[in-house]
Amino acid sequence: MAIRSGIYGLMAEFDDPNALVAATHRAHRQGYRRMDAYSPFPIEELHEALGGRHTRLPLVALAGGLLGCVGGYALQYWVSAIAYPLNVGGKPFHSWPAFIPVTFECTILVAALFAVLGMLGLNGLPMPYHAVFNVPRFALASRNRFFLCIEATDERFDVEGTRRFLESLSPREVTTVGE
Amino acid sequence: MAESIVPIEDPSQAVVGTGVPPVIAPGYTFGSVTDKISSIVLTRKPPIGWWIGFLTAFAIVNVLMISITYLLVKGTGIWGINIPVGWGFAIVNFVWWIGIGHAGTLISAILLLLKQTWRTSINRFAEAMTLFAVSCAAIFPVIHTGRPWLAAYWLFPYPNTMGVWPQFRSPLIWDVFAVSTYATVSFLFWFVGLIPDLATLRDRSQSRVGRVMYGVLAMGWRGSARHWHRYETAYLLLAGLATPLVVSVHTVVSFDFAIAIVPGWHTTIFPPYFVAGAIYSGFAMVLTLSIPIRAIYGLEDFITMRHLQNMAKILLVTGLIVAYGYMIEAFIAWYGGNTYEAFMIWNRMTGPYAPVYWSLIFCNVIVPQALWFKRVRTHVPTLFVISLIVNVGMWLERFVIVVTSLHRDFLPSAWGMYSPTIWDWATYVGTIGLFLMLLFLFLRFLPMISIFEMRSILPEAKVDEDLRVI
Repeated sequence: MAIRSGIYGLMAEFDDPNALVAATHRAHRQGYRRMDAYSPFPIEELHEALGGRHTRLPLVALAGGLLGCVGGYALQYWVSAIAYPLNVGGKPFHSWPAFIPVTFECTILVAALFAVLGMLGLNGLPMPYHAVFNVPRFALASRNRFFLCIEATDERFDVEGTRRFLESLSPREVTTVGE
Repeated sequence: MAESIVPIEDPSQAVVGTGVPPVIAPGYTFGSVTDKISSIVLTRKPPIGWWIGFLTAFAIVNVLMISITYLLVKGTGIWGINIPVGWGFAIVNFVWWIGIGHAGTLISAILLLLKQTWRTSINRFAEAMTLFAVSCAAIFPVIHTGRPWLAAYWLFPYPNTMGVWPQFRSPLIWDVFAVSTYATVSFLFWFVGLIPDLATLRDRSQSRVGRVMYGVLAMGWRGSARHWHRYETAYLLLAGLATPLVVSVHTVVSFDFAIAIVPGWHTTIFPPYFVAGAIYSGFAMVLTLSIPIRAIYGLEDFITMRHLQNMAKILLVTGLIVAYGYMIEAFIAWYGGNTYEAFMIWNRMTGPYAPVYWSLIFCNVIVPQALWFKRVRTHVPTLFVISLIVNVGMWLERFVIVVTSLHRDFLPSAWGMYSPTIWDWATYVGTIGLFLMLLFLFLRFLPMISIFEMRSILPEAKVDEDLRVI
């Protein structure tokens, strides 16, 4: 379908998590793909209902951990054996057992940074503007209401038909989301 | 704020039949949980108790500022340290604060991995407490030379004009990495946990300043299911990473001592004994803080007797581990047959600092045994007093380890005594003021209980099983 300018999508509001999960399942079965569900707390089933796949985030954190591990050890090796070799108590310059604690800490540090920045990056945050906030009642998405938004870019999106479909899910109300 | 208060002080009434108090009092909804916690922050007028507490803490912070200024002007001669006791209050306070900072990450990470839902009402402010305790701890290594501007190139590996690099074989450098990693990861944990709640405050704030500030910090969080999925993954990853980290931090702190050859420090039991001590003092501090806070803000429905009892049990268990540490320390000193070790423990028990040692045994070993009794665990004022005693006891423990080991080492000609000066005390008390001031600011401006996690443990948050499969 042609993308309608000025409309981001249609949003249905629900009272409880069960209604939202059921509605999302129905919408997915109906063939809608470009949609998102919004809830005030994490609901595992919602992600499944949207047809979501596993996130790559653990791999991002693993990459960070490896980087921290190798980087931390390399830093100590370079400092202690190459840049500033000091004889301390007759120990070898490359005294690897003494380098383990700092290597461990660097591993954890970089893995944690990658996990958090990766989560924000993959989620596209920080995002200063998003169309869903144009719906005044969407402020309740962070309190006690549950929303399903079918976006206008979806192939099956049609203002009349999609609205009729959303109303068949018995929501509190269906709103048009401006862009 | 005038929500119905269910009489949860009596645990037998809370959950019919089981006698176990609930994690959250019955009758709450998504809306009322949100309103109750966010109203503490969004109100225009904090309670009068907040002002009294904040201003008192602020006054004490000024004591800290004055003591640090005087230290920078005069040098460490204003403290009681000298040879042989070159490590005094600075290291005692550092270890004490770092120890206190262990409960937050323990509650957030280890109890999360163990699926202990009761952690939900206390994790946020325990994490905040961790951050503030670590901030107080970090002051001491920086100022302990009296010349903090020199600390930069000793501690951090950065290319400086002198071409000098840190000494990576020293546990003091390991400490820098352990503590700064711990501070960073604790901050990440705390901030990630706050993001959805900052979005709630953004959406509910009445003032423009509040909307902008919370809005910037929430970074456009909108509660999308795809975002929640990655969010939960990130949170779990952080918990998995923080669990070995929290164990490593006090282990590395104990290496500061254990790698030296001073009798009383040079012992292999130090790492586990320090970690247990850290958890012990951390939980004591969480109890010390949560008991007055739940009373002042009327949060008995969220921080229930279940939480206090569970924390009391952890206090008892870690207290027993610490007691075991004291026993083994004494036993090995005798059984090891080393003259210096044997003298060290005998001197600790009967020498000039014996009263400090026996006070520590009283505070950390004898008093917590009262927690075996359920009547004690469920009596809030007693619990509060015990937690204070344990806090004092853990401080005394660090004092005993540092001072009694140093003041009588191998040669009697090198013996001496240590007594803190007024400036030692002023700096120490000043950091307590800083800790409390940061805590009061946190209570005023950020939600002290994780709102979204409280929503998710309500009965109505459960999704029916038959909806799970398409």
